[in-house]
Amino acid sequence: MSDSNMAVPELAAVEIHGMTRSSFMLKGALAAGAVYGASTVAPFVSSAMAQEGMGDVDIVNFALTLEYLETDFYTKALKLGLAGEVKKLAKVIQGDEAQHVDALTATVQKLGGTPAKKPTFSFPDKDEASFLKLAQVLEDTGVSAYNGAAPMIQSKEVLGAAGSIVQVEGRHASAIRLLNKADPAPDAFDKGKKMDEVLAAVKPFIKA
Amino acid sequence: MSQSAPEESGPQRGALLKLAEDDASRKKFLKMVGGTGAAGAFSVFLAACGSDKKKTTSDSQAPAPPPPSSGGAAGDLKILNYALTLEYLETAFYKDVVGSGLFKGAQADTIKKFGDQEAQHVDALTAAVKKFGGTPAPKPKTKFPLKDAKSVLDLAATVENLGAAAYLGQAGKIENKEALAAALSIHTVEARHAAALNMLLGKSIVPDGAFAKPAPMEKVLAAVKPFIVP
Repeated sequence: MSDSNMAVPELAAVEIHGMTRSSFMLKGALAAGAVYGASTVAPFVSSAMAQEGMGDVDIVNFALTLEYLETDFYTKALKLGLAGEVKKLAKVIQGDEAQHVDALTATVQKLGGTPAKKPTFSFPDKDEASFLKLAQVLEDTGVSAYNGAAPMIQSKEVLGAAGSIVQVEGRHASAIRLLNKADPAPDAFDKGKKMDEVLAAVKPFIKA
Repeated sequence: MSQSAPEESGPQRGALLKLAEDDASRKKFLKMVGGTGAAGAFSVFLAACGSDKKKTTSDSQAPAPPPPSSGGAAGDLKILNYALTLEYLETAFYKDVVGSGLFKGAQADTIKKFGDQEAQHVDALTAAVKKFGGTPAPKPKTKFPLKDAKSVLDLAATVENLGAAAYLGQAGKIENKEALAAALSIHTVEARHAAALNMLLGKSIVPDGAFAKPAPMEKVLAAVKPFIVP
């Protein structure tokens, strides 16, 4: 990850751990090879080495930051003079994202960590059309962020929570896409994005 | 239809080949976090993860789970074959719907697209089962009630919402990270289908609210049983 993310303390905080778990993951990869056959080991090893080691607290704080962003985005959008179905949907989604913030905050605390602070956000959308366009990007990004991070989660309980939330993000993405007259499910597989890709996508909206 | 499994193509490889894990460390971690403190909204996810009872439908249709073993590779294969059976059902359903001629224009296009994506899930899960050394579940014989457009859309929404809940119900049980990543990448596509169909029907896109609820395997299999021809 680049140190440019250091401009955003909340996001940088989730990246500073690392290295310590790399060897642990490598060991896990080799153990998996014994079970699943040697042919699958090599990619696991390179993947394990490429990923910074992330604890569950780090991952949940990363998700929390994205949910802060989404909540703020919809809260502000509801002041843009949306109408009809768009307004109705924005309200529903805003409420969902706010509940995700609460749930993830509680999860971090339960895991014994300190919840990430809410950053200050700024979004360029000025009307219904620009709102829908950006909403589509943010929801699709949210889905790929959870799908990319979830396999790293150690606790089954936290994984279940992340799964429950990402399904709702997928539903939001689909509905927003329909309002954009876009394909609700553009691909047969919602691939996960790596954390640095997600951070790069949302960084323009984080001011402090 | 014949698209390759996601884990076999370059760009998707990274997403599907995530970290492997160390069982001992994981158990220690779980102990630390503690199962008893499952407070708030999240306890429901675990509570709903029911036991993996054997499928009670006819033998020829059963996903032929490997000998019982708590989790691990055998558990993953059982889950993958369960998912494969559901994807076979969905694929067959959409194929029948397209064939029924009940839909025209944009709705027909959407239905065909969803069906194509389910077929890609079948291919991916078949490949995943083989990759992990298992035998893919056989394609079940199916029959769906296709009376009119409205009831078919209702059924489609029911099936997709159930499918999304089914994947969510297994997420915490999959041991292998690659299999988990694959299941997750399908899970949200089922969710997208479900929400789109709900919206088309004027129903809530998030019927469970902010947190989607999982469905345990036995409940899902019971729900789809009427569509499987013995």
